[in-house]
Formats: sequence, structure tokens, C-alpha cells
Amino acid sequence: MEPLNAFVTFANFVLIPATAYGSQLAIGALGVTLIYGILRFSNFAHGDTMAFGTMAVILCTWGLQSVGISFGPLPTALLALPVGIAVTALLLIVTDKTVYRFYRAKKAPPVTFVIASLGVMFVMNGLVRFIIGVDDQRFADGERFVISVRTFREMTGLDEGLAIRTSQAITVVVAVIVVAALFWFLNKTRTGKSMRAFSDNEDLALLSGINPERVVFITWLIVAGLATVAGTLYGLDKSFKPFTYFQLLLPIFAAAIVGGLGNPLGAIAGGFLIAFAEVTITYPLKKVLGYLLPESLEPDGLVQLLSTDYKFAVSFCILLIVLLFRPTGLFAGKSV
Amino acid sequence: MKKLLLASAATLATTAAFADGHSPVKMGIILGFTGPLESLAPTMAAGAELAISEVNAAGTLLDGVQIEPVRGDSTCIDAAAATAAAERLVTSEGVAAIMGADCSGVTGSILQNVALPNGIVMISPSATSPGLSTAEDNGLFFRTAPSDARQGVIVTEILQENGVNEIAMTYTNNDYGKGLADAIQANFEAAGGTVTINAAHEDGKADYSAEIGALSAAGGEVLVVAGYVDQGGSGIVRSALDSGAFDTFYFPDGMVSQALEDNFGSEIDGSYGANPGTDSPGAQLFQEMATAEGFDGTQPFSAESYDAAALIMLAMEAAGSTDSADFKDHVMHVANAPGEQILPGELAKAIQIIKDGGDIDYVGASAVELIGPGESAGNYRQITFTDGTLEVVGYR
Repeated sequence: MEPLNAFVTFANFVLIPATAYGSQLAIGALGVTLIYGILRFSNFAHGDTMAFGTMAVILCTWGLQSVGISFGPLPTALLALPVGIAVTALLLIVTDKTVYRFYRAKKAPPVTFVIASLGVMFVMNGLVRFIIGVDDQRFADGERFVISVRTFREMTGLDEGLAIRTSQAITVVVAVIVVAALFWFLNKTRTGKSMRAFSDNEDLALLSGINPERVVFITWLIVAGLATVAGTLYGLDKSFKPFTYFQLLLPIFAAAIVGGLGNPLGAIAGGFLIAFAEVTITYPLKKVLGYLLPESLEPDGLVQLLSTDYKFAVSFCILLIVLLFRPTGLFAGKSV
Repeated sequence: MKKLLLASAATLATTAAFADGHSPVKMGIILGFTGPLESLAPTMAAGAELAISEVNAAGTLLDGVQIEPVRGDSTCIDAAAATAAAERLVTSEGVAAIMGADCSGVTGSILQNVALPNGIVMISPSATSPGLSTAEDNGLFFRTAPSDARQGVIVTEILQENGVNEIAMTYTNNDYGKGLADAIQANFEAAGGTVTINAAHEDGKADYSAEIGALSAAGGEVLVVAGYVDQGGSGIVRSALDSGAFDTFYFPDGMVSQALEDNFGSEIDGSYGANPGTDSPGAQLFQEMATAEGFDGTQPFSAESYDAAALIMLAMEAAGSTDSADFKDHVMHVANAPGEQILPGELAKAIQIIKDGGDIDYVGASAVELIGPGESAGNYRQITFTDGTLEVVGYR
């Protein structure tokens, strides 16, 4: 029983939270990496695009709830997702037509785009706060737990409990579906192939008759979907607060860069790497070792590698090390 | 320059000493009218000025001395600006005493740079830093707010009465959280308890799994959350409940709020805490007086400001002088037993008792009881959660 208890403790406090957090980062990083690969700039407005999409979903959820529609044990927000994605796509396409197309026509250098996206970020930032306010919003409903600590203990008779929240389970399932669909689209469909061609070599793609405006349009649609899904999953799992979404930009970029900007596979690996690094390295092993080791060897201290104060330092150290030794990221994306 | 300073100080001393019924005596009210506490400063100033106008209306203080309030801006955070404001009040306005300042940092610098060199009595209504208890003050500094060190004692008492010997603690990463957590840890360990971990959390982050992992691994019977209920504190409680890491919590003053009940309901049944509060009749009286005067007396530190100003004037009466050097020794005396208890609105009666040679015990709006180096003993409202509602179980 002792090794089982040790494993359950570790799973409850490290594996499950880190997997859910990693999935959220991975979907966010996929959006960043797509824009980098196809439109060739780092989109600083991504965190606030997520906030905008989530806001649209929340407003729609409240509407559904007020007319009495619910999704059984699942959160109503999942029903509201398509509406949220549509509204966000509209916003992104309008932004592209009014801001980015101007610079594209002028063949502006990437740094101009980055700064323009910074401006877009502030506008979206204000827009979200203007519509829904700066406070915490909760919109999760339905069953809270797939399995709660108490049920798990009763079921297994172990000393340690394990909890899986509905939002965590949904996050992982949705992440798998989204990633599979995206890869199928990029690798198997004609449009997906033309997008990859555009990303690999713009001039050759134009010569072979690919319509650049169409590629850009589809990219924004996909990004709107990814951003809204990532933001909503994150909000369901924790809570929605515009400021937090703005701060989310840092771990998302860290994930995209570690994995290799422009490489979708890298974005996913990067997301999980950053999430696991933050949670695992600062986890004290006292309890786990207490179960595994014989009594005489049980540790008195916390057996903690680093205090939790340093959890952000951990992800940025990884970022630095990767950039030093593999400037294009783990999965050979474009050099930054 | 030095001569000039000496000369002005001498003039000042003489003006103060010879103040009589013909010239009003000035009292400085130094609060953060701009800065992080600007939302609280107006009701604090209103509280102090309410006490002053009450005494002026009676007109019996020192046989007819009128008190005139003079406001100064402490900014709450800019020590240089606060010192300059206090310097101006003391040297050019010639205030006899200072009601203020509000934030601990600027209060300390005004005390060291202005009040001490000029020998002016200062009573702060809201500075709670434990550091001010040991600051050198020549008996000039008092406060009607309790030190956070006092909360450490309260927390320890409550935990021990509940039979808790081992706690895990997390605090919001700023001066308030750190100071409070250190006070709790010191007291709890001195009383024989064990603090398994004392870890910071950042406000405004959405993922607290790493923090909860660490707190849970360290273990403990109760998790003390020294944070803000509208910030990371609630996030910590949420993750701790979801992962089954802790089911009993202790909530210090920043956490006790209606929001806890709204967010968690019966999930935190059996948890407990305490925040400043009193059930003394004075608090109720003061609120009625404030409402009649047109301001909200329930705002934090408004009652303490009333008490601070009242104590200054009663001490003057007891000393028979408006000179700080004379009345500084009478502040503790009028604030504490023995004597007749004085509630808000009874300042004229208190002055009369002192005139007749009697003793008073100023209770005021916040149940003032000055201890140790002249700070409020602090009154805390102890609460617990039963069936999803916040219940007041007593006062201490």
C-alpha cells in the first residue's frame, strides 16, 4: 500500500494539476506559434485575445443560463464556445483588415508588426475591461468533480486521496481533440497544405497560385478558435480575471519559444515542459518519501529543491538554457 | 541656521505654553489625502474633526480654549513629502499635537524627523507595523490601532484553544502579509506550536498548484491564509479544498469577509478566524453620531481617528496645559482604568470630571485600552463558519 499512497499523493499534487495547466498552455502556445509561422510575427495581443474570447463565452453562458439551458453535468460554457469563437474571429479579422493588412502591403519588417500587436493588445485590454469589468467572474457550473478526494478514499481504502475536477478532465480531452483536428487539417487538407507551403516559402507559394489573403483569413479563424478554447478552459479550471490573462502571455510565450516558434509540435511539448517544471521542481518530496522509505530514513525537512517563490524563475531558466544551446527551440522552429 | 531653528522652536514653545482662551490651539491632522489610502482618509479626518467640534461646542476645555484642526497630506508612501508636510504644520502653523499619520512607514519617519526633535505628541489611528512598538519616541508616540504583533498573539490563542499544535501558513507577498506571518510564526512557536512551512504566494496569479503542493507536503492540522480575500487568498483556499490538501483554515483580518461565505459556503465549515472589531456600545454610538454628521462611521479607522483626537484633548485637560511636554504623560492615564468610562459624545462630561478632580477611563468608539508602549490592546471579533454562514462567536 505504501508505494501506492506515495504515487497517489504525487499524482494529486503534481501530475494532474500540471497536466491540466500544461494543456491550457499548449493550446495557447499553438495559437502564438501559428501566427509566428504564417504571419511571421510574435503576437503580443494573444493573451488579451484569449480574454476577449472567454468574455464572449461568459456573456453567452449567462444568456443560456438565464433562459434555463444547461449541459447536464458538463459546464454550459461548452455550449457557448461556438458563439464565442465566432465573435472572436470577427474581432480578429476586423483587426487584421484595419491594422495588419496595412503593414503587410508595405512589406514592413517583423518588428513593426510586433509593436503594432502591442498596440492591439492595449486596445483589446481596454475593450474587455470596458465590457465585463476588472473583477473575478465565475461561470463554471455542472458537476464540480469527476472524482473527489473523499469518494476516492472510500473506493480504494488508501490513506491519501485523489481529486479530478471536471474542468481538468475536460481540459485534457478538449486539448487532445483540438490538437488532433489541427494536425489533420494542416497535413491532410488542401487549405492546410497551402498554409504550410505559405509558411515554408512565401514567394514559392505565391508563384504556385496560393491566395495569400485567403491563407491569412483562415489563419485568423483558427487562431480565434484556439484562443477562445484555451481561454475558456483556463477560466473554467480557475477563474476569469482580465489581468490574469494578460499575465498568462509570459508562460505561453515561454512555451512556444522553448518548443520552437512556428512548430506546432514544439508548442505542445513546450506547454507541458513549462507546466511540469513549475509544479515539479518546487514540490517538496517529504510526504512521498515518507511513504517510500523505511521509517529510519524518513526525512525531517521538506526535501524541496526550490521554494515556490522561484517557480517563475524555473521556467525562465529553462528558456535561457534552451535558447543558449538550441536557439531554434527543442523542435527546430524558426530562429527568433 | 541652527540659531534660527532654535529661535523658532523657542517661539513655538512659548506660544503653545501661553495659549489661552483668546487664541485657538491648533491640532495637526496628517493623513494620506492622496495615495493608496485616499479612499479612507476623508472619513478618518471627519472622525477626528467630529471630536474636535464636540469639544469646541462645549467650550470648557482648559476654561475656554478652542481647538483648530489643520490638515496635512502624508501621501501614505512618500516619507519625504510626509515629513515636509509635518514640518510645515509644526513650524509655520505651530500645531500643539498631531493626530496621525496613517500608514506605518510615513508615521515612523514623521516621528523620527519632526515629532521627536520638536517634542510634539503624535497619536496615530491606523499604523499597525510591529516596528513602531520599539521605535524611540521619548513617550511622545501613541496609537489607537493595535500592532500586527497583537494579531499574532490573538491567532495563537485561538488556535491553541482549538487544540491545534501544527500549522502550515501562506502569506501574500507584501509588507502586510510578511509582517503578519512573521508575527504569527514567532508567537505560535514561542507557545510551543510548530509551523511546518511559511510560504509566500503572489496575488493575481491563476495557478496555485505549486504552492498547494508544497503546503500539503509540509502538512499541518490547519492552514493559515494571511492574504486578501479578493486576491490570491481565495485561490489558495479553492485549490486546497479541491485537492483535499486542507479542510480547516484560519482566516486573519484580510480574509474575514462576506466574500468567503459567497465563494465557499459550507465547504469551509469548521474553519475560523478573527478580525478587528468591538461590540462595545461606543462603536454603535459613534456610528449614529457620524451618520448625523453626514459621513460613514463604519469605514475603517474612522472610529480610531475620533478616539485619537479625543485622547489628545482629554490629556491636555488633565495636564492643564496644551504643551506636549506636559500632557504626554497624561495620555495613558486618561485612556485607561481606573475612572469613569467615557463613550463618544461624552467628551464635555469627561472634561468636567477632570476639572472636578475626578478620574476618567476613556473607552470611546473603538474600546480604547492602551498597553505597553502606548498602543491599543486591540479588540478582535472571533468568527467561525457553521452551515455555510459566518458566525460571530465572541470578542477578545
